[in-house]
Amino acid sequence: MFYRQSGVHHTRYQTARRLWPLPTDQGIVWLLLALAVAAPLYLSDLYLTSYLLPWLIWSAAALSLTLLMGIAGQLHFGFAAVMAIGAYTSIHLTRAGVPFELALIGAGLMAAGIGCIFGAAALRVKGLYLVMATLAMQYLVDWTIINVPAISGGAQATLQTPDVRFLFVPLRGDAMLYYGALLWAVIVTLLVLNIKRTSFGRALVAVRDKDFAASVIGVNPFKFKLLAFFASSFLGGVSGAVLAFCYYQAVTPEQFGFNVSIQLVAMVLVGGLGSVIGAYLGAGFVLLVPIILTNLVAGAAAAGWLSVSSNLLAHIPLMVYGGLIIGFILFEPLGLAKIYDNLRKYFLVWPFRHTQS
Amino acid sequence: MDISYLIELLINGALTGLMYSMVALGIVLIYKSAGVPNLAQGAMVMISAYLIWMFGSLFGLPIYASIAIAVVAMFLFGLLAERLLLRKMVGQPIIMIVMLTLGLEIFLRGLGPGLLGAAPKQFDLGINMMPIIVGDVFINREYLVGGIVACVLIALALLFFRTRIGTKLRAVSDDHVSSWSVGISVEKAIGISWGMGGIAAVAAGALWGSVQGVDWTLSMLLFPAVAVVILGGLDSIYGVLIAGLVVGILGSVIPGYVDPIVGGGTRDVVTSLIILLTIIFRPHGMFGREDIERV
Repeated sequence: MFYRQSGVHHTRYQTARRLWPLPTDQGIVWLLLALAVAAPLYLSDLYLTSYLLPWLIWSAAALSLTLLMGIAGQLHFGFAAVMAIGAYTSIHLTRAGVPFELALIGAGLMAAGIGCIFGAAALRVKGLYLVMATLAMQYLVDWTIINVPAISGGAQATLQTPDVRFLFVPLRGDAMLYYGALLWAVIVTLLVLNIKRTSFGRALVAVRDKDFAASVIGVNPFKFKLLAFFASSFLGGVSGAVLAFCYYQAVTPEQFGFNVSIQLVAMVLVGGLGSVIGAYLGAGFVLLVPIILTNLVAGAAAAGWLSVSSNLLAHIPLMVYGGLIIGFILFEPLGLAKIYDNLRKYFLVWPFRHTQS
Repeated sequence: MDISYLIELLINGALTGLMYSMVALGIVLIYKSAGVPNLAQGAMVMISAYLIWMFGSLFGLPIYASIAIAVVAMFLFGLLAERLLLRKMVGQPIIMIVMLTLGLEIFLRGLGPGLLGAAPKQFDLGINMMPIIVGDVFINREYLVGGIVACVLIALALLFFRTRIGTKLRAVSDDHVSSWSVGISVEKAIGISWGMGGIAAVAAGALWGSVQGVDWTLSMLLFPAVAVVILGGLDSIYGVLIAGLVVGILGSVIPGYVDPIVGGGTRDVVTSLIILLTIIFRPHGMFGREDIERV
């Protein structure tokens, strides 16, 4: 229907290695990009700044995490701490007069450095122990940020982001902030898509599938695990900085707590491990569905169909969110990306039913 | 720095640690036979405390009767959790299992306060609130009872693994496939271990609930319990006892001296450092079994 091929059948390596194996996919991506660029023209400010913009930044963060968890197979339950390091570093650097472009890179490097210290310590272990080690990192970083006044500006303090210019354009006004977030999301997307096609990405996949087997075929697991930690923490740090400058504009330590780490892991899992489109779908799903369902229940209660106490209503997002994680893991472990993939395959061979690729 | 302050910190820390090990015992019981790290144990403790409060205060049952009902309910909850959730996860990567139990934790954390009210609640176990005074040292009576109950539970768990069912559980913990081949029902064994995890959660819920009140913060006990489990070794019941003492004492003595200087919150730092250092230097913990991996 939408596709002119009947299935994807590669006959040469060049076609299999292409960024977009199908011309139609390329068309869809250009269309989406055009829609995203034109969004300030047709969306109201409310939707732009409180839905689309955070969705883009959280997708970028989920993409950074999926590089580590999905492609390199290293679990990380302290990613919010990495983002916090990036956010605080960028704010302090810009306050000290460093240009915003350099501050972003500095934020990434700082996050990558600290992330790598913990990563190197934790990389002797894997699986469950890595989860626990990164969990400990989350608590340690949180505590340091809260208890060192030079970083957080004192306990219970919020740090305002200063006005900055990015490439001679002042980062002010809803549309400009949105374009900043969009630019970062596009950069991370292209990076992760291309990493999957390079030797670096393939080495990461080899390490993910079995690190001993990878070292037998000459891939140094420690080196690539550390590189994965570095790359992912760098992207996560910059995402944290972009989140602070383009969305929050005033940061507190609670915005990067343990629950946020869990939320990021949930985005990656619900979207589908290692999938780029999954990171976007997962971020949107995890951010929106609890809000929508709560509003639905509140609406039903207001209309008199249900009697729900305000106390129960306050806890519905938590229940929905936990239920979503359980439901996806039980019934669709490959996440929303798999659902999308099934749909796409259906349309690839429509009106016939079966496909092999 | 007088010596009685130190002794007081030591004793109360040790007793708190024993109460942590009650939470940790549930995690170890489940990990030992099912190989599943149960990150929902904190929420199970919270749900048990809510159940005890519900039967005790809402239905007006005597406190020990409501604890007994909670034990039955949580045993069934454990069996159900295994049957409905964990059985489908056999052979899945560890991230899926970890996230499943975390999802359960988040879900329960919404369910309990959502249905029964988020405001902190109290129930009374009938323990005298007056501290015991030995010399200059104040000992909290509830912590003392908690420590004793923890020791009794750990001893019972050790004895249980010598019974017929316990032997089956040990076989299951060694190897699922070989247990199947000699006619042990692995599913039933894992279900029983989840049920026992639920019972341990009731004990922890009763004591922690009476000490710090019943609300969602009870589920935060997961973090020190994880430290106890990691330090002691994921599959060691002795380890729970010793590591509980270590985590409790370090988590009481160090904040006792450092908190006034840096302004609070050191307990979580000590707990994190215990987890991190254990994982760096001895990942399988003090008494845990080291796993050998083959390609």
